[in-house]
Amino acid sequence: MPQLLGDRRLSDLQWHRRMDGAAAGNHRSRTNGKTLTDKYFMKHMTRKATRHISQNEGLIFEKSSPGKAAWKLPPLDVPEVDTSKLLGKQERKDLGTMPEVSEIEIIRHFTRLSTWNYAIDLGMFPLGSCTMKYNPRVNEFVSRVEGLANGHPYQPEKISQGALHILKTLSDCLIEITGMDAITLQPAAGAHGELTGLLMVRAYHHSKGHPRKKILIPDSAHGTNPATAAMVGYAVENLKSNESGMVDVAALAAQMNEDVAALMVTNPNTLGVFEHDIHEIAEIMHAKGGLLYMDGANMNALVGKARPGDFGVDVMHLNLHKTFSTPHGGGGPGSGPVAVKRILEPFLPKPVVVSKADGTLGFDYNRPQSVGRVRAFYGNFGMFVRALAYIFANGPDGLRQTTEDAVLNANYIRKGLEGTYDLPYSTRSMHEVVFSDKVQAKKGVRTMDIAKRLIDYGFHPYTTAFPLIVSGAMMIEPTESEPKEELDLFIEAMKSIAAEVEEDPQFVLDSPHNTRISRLDEVAAARKPVLRWKPEA
Amino acid sequence: MRYLPKSPTDREAMLKAIGVKSIDDLFSPIPEKYRLDRDLAVPRQMAESEIVDWFKQRAKENGDGLTSFLGAGAYSHYRPVVIDALVQRGEFLTSYTPYQAEYAQGTLQAIFEFQTMVAELTGMDLANASMYDGSTGAAEAVMMAVRITGKHHAVIARTLHPEYREVIETYATHQGIPLTTIAYRDSGRIDLGALEAAVGEYTACVLIQSPNFFGTIEDVEAVAEIAHKRGALLIVSIAEAVSLGIVEPPRAADIVAMEAQSFGVPLGFGGPYCGVMATKEKFVRQMPGRLAGQTTDKNGKRGFVLTLATREQHIRREKATSNICTNQALVALMVNIFMTIYGKVGLRELAKQNLAKTAYAAAQFGRHANVLFSVAPRFNEFVVETTEEPHAINSRLLGHKIVGGLPLKKFYPELGNAALWCCTELTTRSMIDTAVGLVADSERSVDVKEAEPAEALR
Repeated sequence: MPQLLGDRRLSDLQWHRRMDGAAAGNHRSRTNGKTLTDKYFMKHMTRKATRHISQNEGLIFEKSSPGKAAWKLPPLDVPEVDTSKLLGKQERKDLGTMPEVSEIEIIRHFTRLSTWNYAIDLGMFPLGSCTMKYNPRVNEFVSRVEGLANGHPYQPEKISQGALHILKTLSDCLIEITGMDAITLQPAAGAHGELTGLLMVRAYHHSKGHPRKKILIPDSAHGTNPATAAMVGYAVENLKSNESGMVDVAALAAQMNEDVAALMVTNPNTLGVFEHDIHEIAEIMHAKGGLLYMDGANMNALVGKARPGDFGVDVMHLNLHKTFSTPHGGGGPGSGPVAVKRILEPFLPKPVVVSKADGTLGFDYNRPQSVGRVRAFYGNFGMFVRALAYIFANGPDGLRQTTEDAVLNANYIRKGLEGTYDLPYSTRSMHEVVFSDKVQAKKGVRTMDIAKRLIDYGFHPYTTAFPLIVSGAMMIEPTESEPKEELDLFIEAMKSIAAEVEEDPQFVLDSPHNTRISRLDEVAAARKPVLRWKPEA
Repeated sequence: MRYLPKSPTDREAMLKAIGVKSIDDLFSPIPEKYRLDRDLAVPRQMAESEIVDWFKQRAKENGDGLTSFLGAGAYSHYRPVVIDALVQRGEFLTSYTPYQAEYAQGTLQAIFEFQTMVAELTGMDLANASMYDGSTGAAEAVMMAVRITGKHHAVIARTLHPEYREVIETYATHQGIPLTTIAYRDSGRIDLGALEAAVGEYTACVLIQSPNFFGTIEDVEAVAEIAHKRGALLIVSIAEAVSLGIVEPPRAADIVAMEAQSFGVPLGFGGPYCGVMATKEKFVRQMPGRLAGQTTDKNGKRGFVLTLATREQHIRREKATSNICTNQALVALMVNIFMTIYGKVGLRELAKQNLAKTAYAAAQFGRHANVLFSVAPRFNEFVVETTEEPHAINSRLLGHKIVGGLPLKKFYPELGNAALWCCTELTTRSMIDTAVGLVADSERSVDVKEAEPAEALR
């Protein structure tokens, strides 16, 4: 449609309508006698996103044909070997349906796939408790510097001083930021950090003669908390939140006894609320010999403003892929360092980084009380490089300003949407805010439907249906990375959707309308799982 | 601060809109005595150029410019530049777990293709979207076998990567899973007699690595037979994924727990790497980790979603198959692109080069020192026993910008002066010859052994 694209006299709206009219002819969806697409553009003129051509792309296997190749090996400089003689019956003869494609096809394949994703680089990604902040590119650059990217984990310590220096510097920074005494960087992700932390809790109690039986977990907690407790052989006891969405201190006092090893608390909790009585909580735990574990998923609300070590936390994990800007990469890799108070230091996973008498750094494996290893080698080192680069780029002033902006942004959204969406807890918000779909549910529209409609407006949805203590939760965490303009667009989009729910709930229930594919049949996917491609018989 | 997109005026306007006087009012929920009233003692804010300089300096202190014969679970293979060009696209790099399928089809389709290729290469029916690494994947596989069989005992080969064994010990401690370790024979393979004696009706699984820590390829079928006849599952750990290009995959296994670092992932001083788990279809509901599945939208169009989530912690909480949430997605994408680049023919040719370099190197070392475990076939690692302590040899090699093999005494005290050497397609003949020459110098006083070792063949 070059004539349409070229016609600059049309207003944006007219242009959309004409483009849309053309598209509407293809599927002719109609509600109330109007084309769906007409309604879409009449109802709102989203300022953030416009529909755009999206390339189709099949599975890579569907492009494969014998003889195509994207690889080239140098000539062999040693004698060829007779593989069947060397390997005998262990020789593999055929690699089945592995693809054969050229380099340009690979570039196009993955580039096309990439354009079907939403990303922080495209705009606000307000997933609550996920801290989708800007991932600085210098982090990527320095993680790929030769010597760091090529370092072998078993190269001698004397030629690993650079890597050890990075481990040590990051450890020192994280200890200072959390107000704790010691740290391990070994865990590969947040849940892995939880596992490590609870192993240490268990080892600590064991050293006192009684490993104890239970872990207390608030009903607002992330699902990894109880799953982790189970992996460490602990029973999980639920702790009800009070009417402010916080730990019920009286209930805690009643439930706490010598069988409880620890309380796993998230602070600010998953409602974005700071546990005001955190010190009292710590005292209740400590009075009966228990420990206070803090899930650091929400540390983005605290860095440079308050330190868990100062308010009674004994052990906590951090998510470098949340607070410290290492990229989420479509689900990983993460990194989940665990910081502890002095009493837990003997139990840290081994090895630990130590300064040696000759002034060099090294690994200490002689840790008789250690919980052991939780991962081969030393952890997700590449993430340490990125997190440290982030800390360097910020400095103390930048880290503090970052936290302040994160909290400012969340409260700005809260103010903007209060009254439009139900706020189940009016307790003050820190870095995230949780609304509910209570008002919209009366029209049959739930949090997931609003989330899907938000996609049409060019935003990634917020976190849906979590925390579990809020029915129809809409958990929004903007992070510090959003300018005011983007926040205004988000608020506008959410208000517009609320208006749509009033006028035409079915339209929202049918969303998203502008994505490559509409809502997928998840039930069929789970009932008869198709988890790999197979050639047609 | 250059990452923060707000002017002082913006901040003022926002505070006003919220209805508070200052930013401190927003932090009032934190009791005053816990509010930090000083700067954090971390390095001052740096310019980008300073950050780059700092890390380049660290790289210089980190053996930059050396060539290495180290393997042992972390392998140096060539990484086609296409990999980093693609994984640095912001839509992959800065996206989240694809819970909102309509807005993450790129990631989901990529995972589906990854699962397909891993299943194909490992000889299993299906694979998950990734685990943290090979060590935790192996530990999770043991726990999966315990769930499937309802039994609580695991038998583990001593030739499984020693650090993987340590991780399994850590995981198993509080699960009530006793572990029995099985020694290796002179062939470098697991002692089948000892294995037979150790596997009982109460055993959940047998776990071996192949090629094992010494580079030796195990007789997987013989091990499977012993495990299966007692009702135990067989788990095969693979640390060197490139071996799958030329070594028959462990089709007789029930679970394959693989470290895929060899497929395009930087050595990176040990991480991030990419664990993968693959299994038989009948066990899928006990498998940990994310899975992408194919389905259709309401117009019948093909699409992909995360599926079988009822295994996972965010649904099942303490009854989940694992606590894993974040995985290694972007690293899995590197692996995916690597597998796509080499594909059906290239992976085989790549593996053949690894085999050829290693056969040449082992033969050359064998002229001057004792190459152990030469009866069974090997892939790209071999154990060299010297008269001189290998650390001392390595010190001299370092003078020639070569990092020698991994001294094994720390993990296998009984092997004395043995070291584990690794060759890949990146190891040049001249590198091998230089290293062999230096080892030969130190062995000069020793009786010259049989010129060609028994590179023998089954």
